[in-house]
Parts: sequence; C-alpha cells; structure tokens
Amino acid sequence: MKMTADELKNFLMNVVTMIEEQKEYLCELDRKLGDGDHGVTMSIGWQAINDKLNDELKYEQDCGKIAIMTGRTFLSAVGSSVGPLYATGFMRGAKAFQGKTEVNDVELKDFWVAFVEGIKERGKAEVGDKTMVDSLQPALETLQASFDKSNNFVVSFTEAVASAYQGMESTKDMLSKRGRSSRLGERSLGTIDPGAASAYLILETFLKTMNAKKVV
Amino acid sequence: MKKLINNPRYVVEEMIEGYVLAHPNHVRQLSENARSIVTAKETREGKVGVLIGGGSGHEPAFMGYVGDGMADGVAVGNIFASPPPDPILEATKVIDKGEGVVYIYGNYAGDLMNFSMAAELADLESGIKVGSVIVTDDVASAPKDEMEKRRGIAGEFFVTKAAGAAADKGFGFDDVVRIAQKANDSMRTMGVGLTPCSLPQTGKPSFELEENEMEIGLGHHGEPGLEKGELQPADQVVDRLVRDIFADMPIESGEKVAVLVNGLGSTTRMELYIMFRRVKHLLNEKGIVIHRSYVGDYSTSLEMGGASITIMKLDDELAELVDHPADCAMYTQK
Repeated sequence: MKMTADELKNFLMNVVTMIEEQKEYLCELDRKLGDGDHGVTMSIGWQAINDKLNDELKYEQDCGKIAIMTGRTFLSAVGSSVGPLYATGFMRGAKAFQGKTEVNDVELKDFWVAFVEGIKERGKAEVGDKTMVDSLQPALETLQASFDKSNNFVVSFTEAVASAYQGMESTKDMLSKRGRSSRLGERSLGTIDPGAASAYLILETFLKTMNAKKVV
Repeated sequence: MKKLINNPRYVVEEMIEGYVLAHPNHVRQLSENARSIVTAKETREGKVGVLIGGGSGHEPAFMGYVGDGMADGVAVGNIFASPPPDPILEATKVIDKGEGVVYIYGNYAGDLMNFSMAAELADLESGIKVGSVIVTDDVASAPKDEMEKRRGIAGEFFVTKAAGAAADKGFGFDDVVRIAQKANDSMRTMGVGLTPCSLPQTGKPSFELEENEMEIGLGHHGEPGLEKGELQPADQVVDRLVRDIFADMPIESGEKVAVLVNGLGSTTRMELYIMFRRVKHLLNEKGIVIHRSYVGDYSTSLEMGGASITIMKLDDELAELVDHPADCAMYTQK
C-alpha cells in the first residue's frame, strides 16, 4: 500500500489530536515516575508541528522533507530528552522518504526501522530499562520479521503495534534505569513508563491512519 | 496552586521578555533565537566563553547568572526541560572569541543529549572548540560508587562561579575546564523537601507529602529522595544533611570551605538563616573554616518548599576564584 505526502501529513495531524486527548493521562503516569510533565512536553512539540503543517508544510509534497521538518520542529520546541530522541527518529527515517511524493511498502518499513534505530542510538537505552525503547524495540523486531515473510507493510505493522503494546505493558514490572526516574529504584514498579506509552500511541496512530485510508 | 501568570503556554517567553527589559545593562536576548541570552556587553576578545543553561523554573538559575565574572551566555529551556541545541548553539557562536566555550550544565539525560548535539554542531558549522563540565553534586541521587549518575542541583552555582571567575581572570581554555571540574569534584549538596511545586501547565503538585512530612534528598524536579519521614526541627535536619555530606566527602580540621544554604522557592530567609547558623556551629566543632557564605534562593524549583546545603572545599586557587567579584542581574558580589 502506498502512502502519499498528504496522507503522511494526515498521520501527523492525527498524532497532534491524539496527544491533546492523552495529555493528562501521560502527565499522570509521569507524576508517579518523574516531574509530571510528559504530556505537556509532547503537547508543546506536537502543537509546534501542527503550526508547521498549517504553514510551511501546507503544500510540501516531499515526504522526506516533511519528516525532517517534523523532527527539527519537535526538537526546537521541546528540547528535553524526548526532543533529541524523536528528532533523531524522524530525521533518520526521512532518508527512506527522500525526494518521494509517495512511498511504498518497503520505504514505509525502512522508515520505521531507521526511526527506531535512530532513537536507540541517540538514547543508548536498552530493552528492560523502562523507556520508550521497551515499546519500540519489540515493534521493530516484529516489523522486520513479519515484513520478511509478507512483504506487506500494513500486515506487518499491525503485528508490530501489538508487540509495542505488550512492550509498553511490560514496563509496569520494570525498574527505571534511565533518565530522572532511574533514581526511584523500587518505587518505579507498577507504573507504565510514560515515554513507552506515548511511543506506543504514536505507532498505533500511524496504523489507524493507514487503516482509515484502506476503508476509503 | 495559585499563580500570577497569563497563558501557561507562554510563561517562559514572558519571563524572558520581562527579564531582558528589566536589565538592559546586564543582558540581551539574541535575535537569532529568543531562548538565547548573553551579556549586554560584548564578551572580551581572547576570553574563554562560559555558557550555562537548563530548564526554566529554577530562577535565578540559570539566566540570572549571566554577567561579569560569571557566565557569558545562557540557553533557556521550557520548565524543568533542557533547552534544545539551537539556543545553545546560537549563544555559543556569539560568546566565542576564538578561545573556545565551556558548557556547564547539570547531569540529566535531556541536557546531556542537547548540549552534546550543540557542541558537535558548533564544531562542525563554526569550528568552535567546546568543553563540557557536567555538574553532579547531589549526594542523595546515587551512591558514591555511582557518582557519575548523580544529579546536578544548587552546587552548579559554585561551578559557574569558579569557572566564570577563572575565565574573567584570563585563564586559558584547558584551565577553565579544569577549574570547573575541580569545583564540581570539591563539593557536595544534600537537600530536604517540605512542600511540592506545581507546573503552570498542569497546576498539579509534582509529588505528595503529608502536612507533617519531609523528604530527605528530594530532587530539584520533585524526584523522590532517600526517605520520607516526620518533619524534624531545623537543627536536626541540618545535622542529618551535613552528616551525609561529610560521610561522602571527608574533611579535615583546619580546611577551608564555601557554604551555600539554598532555598527551593517558598522557604523563607528566616528558615535559611536558622539553618545556616546550625551549619556554622557544626563546622566550628569540626574546626572547619567557612571562607565565604551564601544564604538565599540560588537555585529554586518554582514554589517548592525546602532547602539544600552545599559545601565546597577550597584550596587557595578555588578560594581566590570564589572571592572574585561578580555582577549579574540576579546576583552581585563585591
């Protein structure tokens, strides 16, 4: 299945809406583990992307440029630790989309593989550290394995999102090892990592965007 | 929590606007990036630049420490969040006078990523030499065998003070880095939290403590500390904090120190001086000489209640730098 530049922008719009809806939930998770602002941080970043979508990106048809601008805008708006992480994800992923006004199954798969690899490289977190990587890494592994068999992006991404969900849930039973919450020790048990939650929600939103277009 | 603000989305922008309007003789905002603030006077040719930065909400840290004898520039992040690379990079370009720039920031995942990205860009785009000293003074945040994991809190003031004075006195790049590192390695901080702060955007307290509770070692962003317990009288709290500092950083009778008793936002000067008095008594008993004292709000967490004690050991070199004058909008020393 192909994805056009407008559909890519539609996905970004859907994340903007989703983050506003989940803002309070993400802050609540973060109050248990950190300073309680993860939802606010994500909202600041995605609102800045929303502004770009309505302005400089309004007529942009190069999927690579859209992805790069998304990463840079997010970084400039939030800083923090999620800023460099998501910026690196979008900018690495952009390579798969460079110069293309629509992207195919292989390029979509390559985008998300590079996205996750970029975040892992920047943050140096591993599975089990109670971070967004706990959602992203299982998604990456499932996506690659499933795509090798099916060569179908939506089929393999559907399975990847299910793996991301399990990964997110697994952070409940983990001790924080990265970032500010790593100083919590045992007190970090029992709560889903807010970064793992928002990473899952972004993947899920991408899948929903793809599925919505299938119906139409 | 009641706050005198307008739209929570613009608190940082409006604070910076007010700050630069109030102190045009001390600071100016860069047109290249609204989150970059540098000294009003051009940094001297041949002087090593000192750049600080971090999240907002810690005022007077960090933007209040831009001025003569302190930092040349600051990058201002969102509340409790590291600034992105752009404002760091823009300030770096303006304060570099050919001798390089030294970054001083606290040990947090976000700051580490954003400042190191900015340092790479400064080298790539402009060939500017950047050194970094990461502040790790919070004893409560990790055990001694994992010191590299410790957070940076109020002690960053001392690191900025020492490095800023060294740069002002004409020390070279390597020496400014060495001094900043020595200042960090020579000091320890222990804090206590009494009441939480709330973020303007959420309005909710960042953590919970009962009316009669205190938390030893509470972090500057509400990160849980070592232990919660019943609120004790000031003298007992000070005894505990100072004991933990000296357990971590042994000190001999006759040594010289600088002391900072820092308020976290809503703790009164009355309380801070009551605490300082006890610190002085304890150090007298140990035969330790207080060379210089700082009491007040030097690094806050919005309206959090509580305080921290920082003790920095001074050799002759650090003592001279601590005594060097400074002239910033939010802090002066003659």
